[in-house]
Amino acid sequence: MSSPVMDFQVVVLAGGASKNLVPIVSKEVPKPLLPVANRPVLSYVLELLESNNLKDLIVAVEGKEAALAVGGWISSVYVDRLHVEVAAVPEDVGTAGALRSIVHHLTADDILVVSGDLVCDVPPGAVAAAHRRHDAVVTSLLCSTPTSGVSETGSSGGKDKAKKPKRCNIIGLDPTRQFLLYVATGSEVEKDVRVQKGILRAVGQMEIRADLMDAHLYAFKRSVLQEVLDQKENFQSIKKDLLPYLVRSQLRSELSSNGAAHAEETWNEKLTSQNNQSFFSQHLANATKQSFHELYASGLNGSAPAPASRTHKCCVYIAENSKYCARLNSLQAFNDINRDVIGEASHLSGYSFSVHNNIIDPSAELGLKTTVGPQCMLGEGSQLGDKCSVKRSVIGRHCRIGSNVKIVNSVVMNHATIGDGSSVQGSVICSNVQLQERVILKDCMVGAGYVVTAGNEIKGESLARKEKS
Amino acid sequence: MAQKKGGSRVSEDTEERHILQAILLADSFAQKFRPITLERPKVLLPLVNIPMIDYSLAWLESAGVEEVFVFCCAHSKQVINYLENSQWLNIPKFNVITIESHDSVSAGDALRLIYDRNVIRGDFVLISGDTVSNMSLTQALLEHKERRKKDSNAVMTMVIKKSKPSPLTLQTRLGNDELFMAIDPNTQQLLYYEDKADHLKGTLSLDKTLLADNPAVFLHNDKQDCYIDICSPEVLSLFTDNFDYQHLRRHFVKGLLVDDIMGYKIFTHEIHSSYAACVDNFRSYDTISKDIMQRWTYPLVPDVQFSGNCPTKLERQGMYKASDIRQSRSAQIGPFTLVGNGTTVGDHSKISNSVIGEGCTIGSNVTIEGSYIWSNVTIQNGCQIRHAIVCDGVVIKSGAVLEPGVILSFKVIIGPQYVVPAYSKVSLLPQPTKQDSDEELEYADNSSVENQSLLSTMLDLPNGEVTSKPSESSEVGISGVGYIWSVCEGGHEEEWRHSIAPISAEKLIDLKNVAQADLDLLTQDAGVLPTSGELKPDSDIANSEDADTEDFRDDSFDKEVEATFLRAVHESVEQDHVIIEINSLRLSYNVPFSDCAGAIFYSVMKLATETPFTTNSELYRTTVNVTTKWGGLLKHYLQTIDEEIEVIMKFEEICLESIKEFAPLFAQILHLLYDKDILSEDAIISWASEKEGADESDKIFLKQSETFIQWLKEAPEEDD
Repeated sequence: MSSPVMDFQVVVLAGGASKNLVPIVSKEVPKPLLPVANRPVLSYVLELLESNNLKDLIVAVEGKEAALAVGGWISSVYVDRLHVEVAAVPEDVGTAGALRSIVHHLTADDILVVSGDLVCDVPPGAVAAAHRRHDAVVTSLLCSTPTSGVSETGSSGGKDKAKKPKRCNIIGLDPTRQFLLYVATGSEVEKDVRVQKGILRAVGQMEIRADLMDAHLYAFKRSVLQEVLDQKENFQSIKKDLLPYLVRSQLRSELSSNGAAHAEETWNEKLTSQNNQSFFSQHLANATKQSFHELYASGLNGSAPAPASRTHKCCVYIAENSKYCARLNSLQAFNDINRDVIGEASHLSGYSFSVHNNIIDPSAELGLKTTVGPQCMLGEGSQLGDKCSVKRSVIGRHCRIGSNVKIVNSVVMNHATIGDGSSVQGSVICSNVQLQERVILKDCMVGAGYVVTAGNEIKGESLARKEKS
Repeated sequence: MAQKKGGSRVSEDTEERHILQAILLADSFAQKFRPITLERPKVLLPLVNIPMIDYSLAWLESAGVEEVFVFCCAHSKQVINYLENSQWLNIPKFNVITIESHDSVSAGDALRLIYDRNVIRGDFVLISGDTVSNMSLTQALLEHKERRKKDSNAVMTMVIKKSKPSPLTLQTRLGNDELFMAIDPNTQQLLYYEDKADHLKGTLSLDKTLLADNPAVFLHNDKQDCYIDICSPEVLSLFTDNFDYQHLRRHFVKGLLVDDIMGYKIFTHEIHSSYAACVDNFRSYDTISKDIMQRWTYPLVPDVQFSGNCPTKLERQGMYKASDIRQSRSAQIGPFTLVGNGTTVGDHSKISNSVIGEGCTIGSNVTIEGSYIWSNVTIQNGCQIRHAIVCDGVVIKSGAVLEPGVILSFKVIIGPQYVVPAYSKVSLLPQPTKQDSDEELEYADNSSVENQSLLSTMLDLPNGEVTSKPSESSEVGISGVGYIWSVCEGGHEEEWRHSIAPISAEKLIDLKNVAQADLDLLTQDAGVLPTSGELKPDSDIANSEDADTEDFRDDSFDKEVEATFLRAVHESVEQDHVIIEINSLRLSYNVPFSDCAGAIFYSVMKLATETPFTTNSELYRTTVNVTTKWGGLLKHYLQTIDEEIEVIMKFEEICLESIKEFAPLFAQILHLLYDKDILSEDAIISWASEKEGADESDKIFLKQSETFIQWLKEAPEEDD
């Protein structure tokens, strides 16, 4: 996207010390700074926005300390590239709460809200453009639910394989796949689908999809965002409260600042041809080319003495299947994304790969007969002893790894030490962790600074230092 | 099983391609065309001057069907006679066989009877005798066969058609009930079917398992069911196995989709450019007649001879005229009008958008608009007829006016200057007493058949006698002959929907308001969903606009239960009988037990308020009495804790909305219900914990009963 997207302000909800990422997040490394291929995860969003010419950002971080850490990092890296304001928001107020605390600092007409843990290559500019084109109150980015293909090479392997991809959302779309008619999230996904008949009547046909995921990238109309967040004080989550509310009330809008008055003339051809029809010309003779929203509203105005029914539009932008889109919101996802970014979605990493399809920093030292396989990454200043084998793993900077060490499907963060003869499989080793000799880890999460004593064999556990507070 | 034998033969036959069979139901098992159908079966009613059954047979023949079983029940003799005198029995390679029954009351009975005859050997086409179509069956049959090869459970292919895309036309065009379907976009499998939609329910609920198997499902409100089905022989045996299946859609389709035990599947075939529709009611009669005149049904149009019809000539502006018409020079015969053979039209008469049958005499200065005048009708000077159906042999005396929606059955005489009020139905036969129609709402249709046969025996009386009887009554003007049927209660709603009269502007607004009310209800419904934040719209908005929809919410089921209950109270019916009655209500409305419990609870509480009271304690006392008496009934419906919780919620609702007098007594009555063992401790506690998360306004009653709940929680053991 080279065209400048004017007058969009971006809010990046970066999160903080997310509980579901313990033990790999800590005070020093809040969620936005978790490394994905040795870069903080937040950098993926920031660079994606930058490439779409969206440079006016507010990054909302939960908690003051985390905000300081994130702010420090951003100013060191992006000082002359982006105009970033880091805002500390209270913890545990949910995404809508975080947005609420900064919504009054926003000035642009339209706001793009992005989750800071998004790793994707879908241009946000396209979402913004779709939003503008429809004059929508909200436009949501949907992408296909990651299929089990990810876990094919995955550490947790067998468990997910047999199962179908996890269903994140149930989405209802209009026949043109541009409007969002129904959304169910969270626990509702497992329940019966309850669709409003009124909206089905208005649109005629609705496509219910269970294979789409809300990617947590939204464009909102600012006035609407402010109004709803002010009025609905107990809305906590964008995904669970705000979006469903807007979707549900779209034909019966309670928003004051938006309404059917916004009649636009340039409607998508396809849509109009489906909705522009004979009935109103037959009975009411006032049919014009409109989306079903306007059609609905005008139908009510046309002959009814009832007060004009206002509508607002909720749109979607569905990413192509070839696009990569994932959120780092679980430990499993952390592993998967790290692997993908140096694997199948390597274009996201921003590195250039060697002929062996891996990235080995020139300053890294490899011992004799040590092999680093494809889809691996070795950070600067790291040392590997003799006869080591590294497969599909990311190793951070300045790690010291002894001899005869096997590292498969794992992430090893900066400054970790791994003793001779150890084996690490499907695990995450945080920074400053020390694994003594002959440690065998399988599917483990080792929190920062933890020490695993020699000869330990641990499987599927989460290890962390006791918090000294 | 006999079918087994047949089945194996079928599989051999399919290799060689056996002949294509069809079942044509020459009885709709409904009363929508009354009073006309008291005297003549629906399939023989003329549609643009040709009996409906001819359209169906002509289509079947052209679609390559080689053997048709015509199932006749009501007025079976008339149908058989008609067929015997028609050309249909003499067409080579088109075998028409009649099957007669006198005691079938539903399509289910008909199919069971046909199964017993063991005449269906392979896939067959199932239609009713009022189908007008020009679609080609080849593609649909091919798809059906292909599917059957892969999956023997694919027993039926249903033909659907996209209808006009506006939410209102869907309902208004053919006067059908609103139809919601869910279809798998890849396989075209039908996953959900809901006609007779309950307008009061604002949401459509799809079972969660449905999405578990299919990543994408299409919900449709923009399709119409053509009532043309391609069925495998299993369909017949399914009807036999499930002897309670009556209605093709409401029971059979729903049965397969919902109680899917055997894994049988129904698929859909959508037609795009061809025509298919059923004459289900007067409105669709009107719509389809117009479609025929406008040649959507080509080649089944008036100027193409496809049955024993008289040739007509097509002129400009969709005018069809038979050869032998005497028309005054000053008469204006407008667009889209057909005038049958031997008809005379007098001076200055205006006819537009209408069908005039054979041998009619139309006087001068007559206006006929959007109406259907059958054969041998006499219309004297100065009559005005708008959007009416006038059957054979009717005489309309000078100056009479038929307002929109009037139906004049055979040989009625309308007196001079008489104005027949809108939507009236006039017949020589008195309206049958409605002893049967009240009780079993759903099946009222069926019992009609017996009624019909009864009345048709009456018809056998010499004509003079019948006509002489009601003549004194002159309900329809001086020297008029005929009874005006009163619209039965509850019928008003349907009346305008099914009538051929154009829908008035107010009704259109009403329709829209219903749609709107749905959305209102929805926002409320959603409030019940236990998602995290507050989801209800701000109460002031909801209240101001919902005020008039409030009554809607207590749906008819609740009302029925209440009525049943009150009757039980006043006539002191035994409790067991009440239970049976309520159970059958529950089944016919298809509601869960919990709704039942709620409805009964409401009725009981309502009863308590019937005794006059001035103070709260008086009310409490009557409540005690009532609950003591009817506690057993309530308990019967409170089998599980869920239902008990439902009742508590219902009680809250009652206190808040319908009977606010109970509000101050909430905690007391809750305690009472607990003491009477109607509500269990567990239910109350889980209700309380469920409510914990609700917003403040929702917790008034929780707060009120706090001490009681506290007591429950603290002393559970000692209490026992």
